[in-house]
Amino acid sequence: MTAVSRAFEQASARNRAALVGYVPAGFPSVAGAIAAAQAMASGGADIIEIGLPYSDPLIDGPVIQEAVHRALTAGTHVRDVLATVTAVAATGVPVLVMTYWNPVDQYGVAAFARDLAAAGGSGMITPDLTPEEAGPWLEAAAVHSLDPVFLVAPSSTDERIARIAKVCGGFVYAASLMGITGARGKLSDAAAGLVARVRAHTALPVAVGLGVSTPAQAAQVAGFADGVIVGSAFVQRLLSAADEQSGIIAVRDLAAELAQGAGQDR
Amino acid sequence: MTSAAAPRAGHEPVPDPTGHFGRFGGRFAPEALMAALDELAGAYAQAQADPSFTEELAALLRGYAGRPTLLTRATRFSERAGCQVLLKREDLTHTGSHKINNVLGQALLTRRMGKTRVIAETGAGQHGVATATACALFGLECVVYMGEEDTRRQALNVARMRMLGAEVVAVTAGSRTLKDAMNEAFRDWVATVETTHYCIGSVGGPHPFPMMVRDFQRVIGVEARRQVLEMTGRLPDAVVACVGGGSNAIGIFHEFLPDSSVRLVGCEAGGEGVETGRHAATLVAGSAGVIHGMRTYLLQDSEGQTLTTHSISAGLDYPGVGPEHSWLKETGRASYRAITDEQAMAAFSVLCRTEGIIPALESAHALAGALQLGPELGPDGLILVNLSGRGDKDVATASAWLQPGTGGRE
Repeated sequence: MTAVSRAFEQASARNRAALVGYVPAGFPSVAGAIAAAQAMASGGADIIEIGLPYSDPLIDGPVIQEAVHRALTAGTHVRDVLATVTAVAATGVPVLVMTYWNPVDQYGVAAFARDLAAAGGSGMITPDLTPEEAGPWLEAAAVHSLDPVFLVAPSSTDERIARIAKVCGGFVYAASLMGITGARGKLSDAAAGLVARVRAHTALPVAVGLGVSTPAQAAQVAGFADGVIVGSAFVQRLLSAADEQSGIIAVRDLAAELAQGAGQDR
Repeated sequence: MTSAAAPRAGHEPVPDPTGHFGRFGGRFAPEALMAALDELAGAYAQAQADPSFTEELAALLRGYAGRPTLLTRATRFSERAGCQVLLKREDLTHTGSHKINNVLGQALLTRRMGKTRVIAETGAGQHGVATATACALFGLECVVYMGEEDTRRQALNVARMRMLGAEVVAVTAGSRTLKDAMNEAFRDWVATVETTHYCIGSVGGPHPFPMMVRDFQRVIGVEARRQVLEMTGRLPDAVVACVGGGSNAIGIFHEFLPDSSVRLVGCEAGGEGVETGRHAATLVAGSAGVIHGMRTYLLQDSEGQTLTTHSISAGLDYPGVGPEHSWLKETGRASYRAITDEQAMAAFSVLCRTEGIIPALESAHALAGALQLGPELGPDGLILVNLSGRGDKDVATASAWLQPGTGGRE
């Protein structure tokens, strides 16, 4: 069992959904992202996603676009992403890297997997890579015991869900809606049905992300899924804060509220 | 189109069923789009097999777009080139560029799929205008994403699109050019895919776009090969086209692929010079990677971040290129060279003054390529240039570059 699966199991044992929090490396600074991720964990996040900033984030909304733009403008490199993984994983929380494919492709997928594992990372979430093109990554993930996390979407056919779930490790990432990342006023009606369809094909935990931002939405998701994934809402707290320190406090507070939400409706 | 779509003997068809041209192409797209891409591939395969589709498209190309386009012997330009130059006149199509060929095909497919809304990205605005035109003709809602920088330098086309009833969204992210417009179009599509077709304007993006757009543009080469043979009794020594995403080039190259005596030459945007870093010469100076749903050559740094590009021509100002061009480069069947802004503008001016044709700045890159190749081939050499579009949209940019009194360089 991987560290990620264990985190889901531990959350489940406490009768709550696991909380997965996202922050891009290098935002608001390299040290600030590490502190924010650690604050998420101390606030109650069970798993951390560290984003690898990329120049063309085509499924991200304005909030994450702005954050990764700032991270890149400030000169964030892949080595900073790996250093962030090391620092956050050292606190004991499982860490996944969330990345578009080209930066990994250029680094070399085998080398990236090796260095991610050496940094203490637990796996990788790949929003623009589907199993069809993932052969080399799946091989490298097996070699280094990393979890490959792929997304399923409301538009995915049952055949595709079966194929994706079969190669996922750790959990299956269910996109709650058709769209880009960012907070929404209301949880998508599609989410529960999608989770049920995924469960028909796998024993892996299923976590719901995209458009989940409030404790109330976390509670709703906890009613039918194993995990709640929150990204833009954390990033927004950092963007809105007067300074880095108050942003990090706001992130910890939000993590605590979301973790509490993820324990309701169970 | 049916007969044209079947490759002649001796040429192995690409892509494979999963959209790969050798190691290039494929699908690197969000899972949310996979069902739509499968639906599109299925609808396209059905349409190809349906005579009513091919007949309707052929009728539109003939009766609406103005095909076949002319082949013009450029006698005075040939003197400057030092060899015989023939121009395939895509500038004479309705809307003024080859983009209409692809858009009419995709608009028909949109209707077959029962979708009511079309989105598109555009750089120079030629694809945007063509899409807005087809949407007006078919009664489809149309939204065009265009980098804010490009809305400024191609203001005429913005006005045309709005006049045709399209909504033009100025994209302010990133470098505010074509790549960012494409990012934004993908973001729209992920959220609207049930009712919306994304009409990609070039031979890029995830499968089946590179194959499908190529097939819709093949008509250029099919006509041109026949016309050249009729006019001269022989095949050209070289076929030259500009390459941004690469749709006009693929369109004219494809029918000549089995003709091994014919050199296929793509002219990329060399901007201020490849050595300055301010260019968009993807195949000349880039490396293989993944962008906009495909594996292909792109301009990127050592960590895979897309580089900012530059070209005087908005339509070539793009850091990627269609995957089939990457494959043609790798197999050696086509060669690619960089044409600087200055070389393109000089060729632009030569064509204006020798033939009375104002070319698009994009097409001027191909003309500059012909001026370079001419001396190599000599007076008996025969070059076919794809004049992919007309230059009305570029009059302001060209005037500013050439300046009164120095316009000739003649």
